[in-house]
Parts: sequence; C-alpha cells; structure tokens
Amino acid sequence: MTAPLLELDTVSSGYGAVQALREVSITVAPGEIVTLIGANGAGKSTLLMTICGDPRARNGRVVFEGRDITQMPTHQIMRLGLAQVPEGRRVFPRMSVMENLLMGAQVAGHDPAPLLDQVFALFPRLKERETQRGGTLSGGEQQMLAIGRALMSKPRLLLLDEPSLGLAPLIVRQIFAAIRDLNEKEGLTVLLVEQNANLALRLAHRGYVLVNGRITLAGPGRDLLAMPEVRDAYLGGGH
Amino acid sequence: MTLRALKDAAITALVALGLFVPLVGLRTDVGPSGELVLRQRWGDVVILVALAFVGRLALLGWRGWRGDPKPASAARTEALRKAGLFVAPVLLGLAVLLPFIPGTGRYELDLGILVLTYVMLGWGLNIVVGLAGLLDLGYVAFYAVGAYSYALLATTFGLSFWICLPLAGLLAAFWGVLLGFPVLRLRGDYLAIVTLAFGEIIRVVLLNWVSLTNGPNGISGIPRPTFFGLTFSMSGEPDTFAGFFGIEPSPVHRVIFLYYLILGLALLTNWVSIRLRRQPLGRAWEALREDEIACRALGINVTTTKLTAFALGAMFAGIAGSFFATRQGFISPESFTFIESAIILAIVVLGGMGSQIGIAIAALVMIGGFEVFRDLDEWRMLVFGGAMVLIMVARPRGLVGHRTPSVVLRERRAIGAEHVAEGHG
Repeated sequence: MTAPLLELDTVSSGYGAVQALREVSITVAPGEIVTLIGANGAGKSTLLMTICGDPRARNGRVVFEGRDITQMPTHQIMRLGLAQVPEGRRVFPRMSVMENLLMGAQVAGHDPAPLLDQVFALFPRLKERETQRGGTLSGGEQQMLAIGRALMSKPRLLLLDEPSLGLAPLIVRQIFAAIRDLNEKEGLTVLLVEQNANLALRLAHRGYVLVNGRITLAGPGRDLLAMPEVRDAYLGGGH
Repeated sequence: MTLRALKDAAITALVALGLFVPLVGLRTDVGPSGELVLRQRWGDVVILVALAFVGRLALLGWRGWRGDPKPASAARTEALRKAGLFVAPVLLGLAVLLPFIPGTGRYELDLGILVLTYVMLGWGLNIVVGLAGLLDLGYVAFYAVGAYSYALLATTFGLSFWICLPLAGLLAAFWGVLLGFPVLRLRGDYLAIVTLAFGEIIRVVLLNWVSLTNGPNGISGIPRPTFFGLTFSMSGEPDTFAGFFGIEPSPVHRVIFLYYLILGLALLTNWVSIRLRRQPLGRAWEALREDEIACRALGINVTTTKLTAFALGAMFAGIAGSFFATRQGFISPESFTFIESAIILAIVVLGGMGSQIGIAIAALVMIGGFEVFRDLDEWRMLVFGGAMVLIMVARPRGLVGHRTPSVVLRERRAIGAEHVAEGHG
C-alpha cells in the first residue's frame, strides 16, 4: 500500500465541553474517493473541520503528505494542497461568480487562467453565470461554485461537506458525476462527508461509518452498501 | 379599500395618541415658587393626532394612486449606474474648481473643507465597515490620535506638518492594530460595543492625562502648515507665500491651500481604497464581510486581513486628524465625542456601504445639510433625523446600494462594452 495522503490517528476533538470525535482513525490514499457517512450530529463535519485545524484536535495526530499538521494554523494548512467545500456551500453572496472563483485561487497563488478554464469545462453553467452575483444563483449552481472555488487552489485533496444538502436529485447526480470525473480524469483525491449514504457509497472506493463520534464500520463502498446494519440505519430500507 | 385605509389611519392616529399624550400633552414647568406645575396641552395633542391621521391617509392614497411598488428593473439599475459614472467626474470637477467659482468666499471654502474632511473620514471608515464588514463605533478615536499626535509633535519638538502628517497616520495605524488584536475574535454587536468603548477610553484619557494633553483645556498654538516652507503670513516678506509669488497677501490664500490639501488627502484615501479593492487584499476584505467561515476554508489569514483593514482605516483617520489639528490651530477632547463617530458611520451607511461616490454625496448632504439648516436651531435635529429616515425608507441599502464587481476578465469587458453600445446592457 502506498503512503496515505491523509491520515488521522486516534483524533479526538470537539467544541467546548462537547466532545464530537472520539479517537477517530482514518486514512485516505492518493487517488481515492473516501466517504464518511453518519447521521445528523455524528461528528462528520467536525471531522472535516478538525483536519483544517478549526477546532484543533485534542489528542491524536493529523498527517497530510507525511507532515504532521495537527498544530498548524488553519490558514497555513489550507495552503498545503487541501481545499474544503464547507457545509451549506457558503459562496460569497454579493460577489460575482468570477470573484468567488478568484478568491479560491488567491491563497495558493497559481495562475488562475488555466484553472478557470478547467472549472468552466467541468461546470459550463458557471461560465454562463460569470458576472452574476453568487447569492442570486440556484442551490445547485451555488454548490458548483463552491466546488469550483475550492478547485481554484489546485488541491491534491478535496474535502467535501454534504454537497447534496438541499438539492434536487437530478442536480445531486450531476454534482456526483462531476466529483467522479475529477477523480478519474484528474486523479483528485476526495474525502466526502455525506448523509445521502446510498449515493456516497456507490461513488466512493472506501467508506467509514461514524456513530456518535466513533468509527464503527469501515470498508469498500460496495461492501458497506451490502451490510444489513448500514442498510437499516442509513438507507431507510427502501432500496 | 377606502374602509381599510380609514381603519389603517385610525390605528396610526391611536398610536400617535399613545405617544403624544405623555410627550406633548403633559408638561411639567417650574412654578412661581420653584415647585413643579403640571400643564396640560390637549389642543396640541389633538392637532398632532389629526396630522398623523391625515398624513397616513394621504400616504395610503398616494400609494394606491401610484399602484404597487415595482421592483427596480434592470434597466433602471443600469441607468442609475450610468448616471453614477457621470456624477463622480462632475462632482470632482466642481470640487477642484470651487475656489475659483465666482461668489465663493471664505464661508463656502470653510464649509468645503469641513465636508471634505468628513468625505475623507467616510472613505477611511468605509474600508473597515463597508469593505471588511467590521462595525466600528469608535472611529473618532483614531481621528483624535492623529490630531493629538500632530499637535504634540509639532508643539513639543517643533516638527513640521509634512513630517508629522505621515507620523500621525502611522501612530493611528499602530493604535488600530493595538485595538484590533483583542477584538479580532468578536463579531457584529460585540465588536461594535468594544470599539465604542475604545473610542470613549481614548477621549477620557485625553481629558484626564493633563500633564501630556493639557486635559480639557486642550492644546493651542498648533503650527499652521507651510507651502514648501513658505508660510501664509500677512507680512509679505520673501519667505512667505504671497511675498515669494509677488502677490497681494490675503488670508484667503491659506484657506484655499487648506482646501486643496484636504481635497488631495481625501482623493488619496479614495485612490488607495479603489486600488486595494482590485487587489487580493481588498478582495479578501470583501470576502470576509460576506462569509468569515468560507474565508477560513479558503486559507485566508483572517487575523491579518482584519488587522490590515483596521490599521488602514485608522491611518486615514489619523491623517485627517492631523489636518484637523493644523486647520483649527487648537484641539481639545471635546472635538472627539461619540457623536462624531456616529456621524461618520451614518455617512458610510447612508452612502451605501462600500460605494465611494455614495459616501461623498452622503457627506455633502449631511454636513452641508447641517449648515444649511443652521437657522432652524433646535428643529435642525428633527429635519436631519427625518431626512435620514426618508433616505432609509426610499433606499434601504444606501444612496448607492449596488456593488460593482472588482474583477472582470478582459475579453468579457470588451463583450460587455459592445452589448452596452447596442443597448443590450
């Protein structure tokens, strides 16, 4: 097995007195799509935020490309080649689509022109909306913009927090197809947090199940999908 | 419709009654032997309530006649934008030519200087409030730091205005950073409260540190600025402005010089703001105003971004402050009360946060309006408050509420211009 791109080793974390993560260990190998599924409040988003150092891990280590980033300031972590698409998209509402995208390129300092072409090729809709304000886009377009903005830093690891949140099924499929494209064509490594376990496990190479801040199950996506306990808890039994 | 309007007006009248009975109807006066006498003025209350009733009815009638308010159309927004492009150069031209316009005397120039000082302060605060979205209620503190820096440096060490001007700016920026550090974690209301307190702390320190600032008596005899070493004295010696250029000495020369000085400083503030808005730093400020969490996710150093906004805004206030000191020749803590912060903030908000031209117009209207209505005495505040309410009702996002994107790709701009020319814009 190659060296993991990202490794969390017995990481605990939380906000104030609330402990959201308890000794979580996961690995993400280069070129993989790894998904993390779990119910509301299981600690999925906290895990992504802890990778970025906000909140900081209380114990354990976060290692990215062999480098211990546990104590690194957030803004430095985000310059190492990770990009996060935050939960709820969080595009800049009064700034144009173009400005939103350029904000993504700002910190890493790559030449934005080829990256813009790449994002517009992936999401042609954004090209049409280029001069429109972020807040006036539809939910799906905002999600595309949030992903595009994250891609503008040319990341090696993309952290996606619930990209399907509040979107129509058709749009969700488009977004997931784009993620698969990025992974297969660009070799982008993805850590995907999702409530939509069915879609996420189909897309991902491997998956983890998070319950009350602990990893309870891990394995290839298809295997998890077949497990009765996963089906009952997260797929509503309807599939 | 009419019945509903009547009912609505009746409710308005009822509310007016509730308000005016204690406010107007009952009045305590000091009686002949020093005791309080309750005077009742029911006639006035009736008139006021009737006015509220009729006014409400008229408003509803006008609304019904005008039809439902339409949302501002794209064409109207575009027309406004074009008008804005036009207004700025005209205003700038007027500002530059003002001293030479016939009929402009000492009074008009002094008013112009005052307005421009507030334009500069508005543009400076706009960096903090309008661009970075950090609500600062104590902006006047940096104005005070700048003014006292110049006054103390000039009277104690005899440094010239031109050396003190950047020093005052730097000192104010330093205080901006000093304030910025502890309040970085605060947002919104909390930040507003702390900055408010900071503004008061600075004023109270200036008031009480008598050995340094001379306390409430203030500092007088602050040196006037020179024109490249030439003073503006009336003697007509060769080392004075009038003597050097061989013109008749006149006290207006210094006023004109001060006018152009503050015009230049204000334009410098404007130029720096506009330039920075197109730079990564300015974009980061705006992004921070929009969504701090997204900024963190994008790897923006929120701490330094906020600090630079604070420091830069403070620097311009400091420069404006040292101008204020040299213009007045005398400063005291009385000039730096909370109402100043409130006026500057009102200028920024009324102008439309983030809009340079809107702020300039708001400063002109507010400070100019204050002067125009001077004859109204105690009614001035009422007129002033009413005007502010009207502006906020008519244009809730400020005079110039829309925001122009700071980046447009070059080829897109060319296409955009074509569309506009063909009337598709």
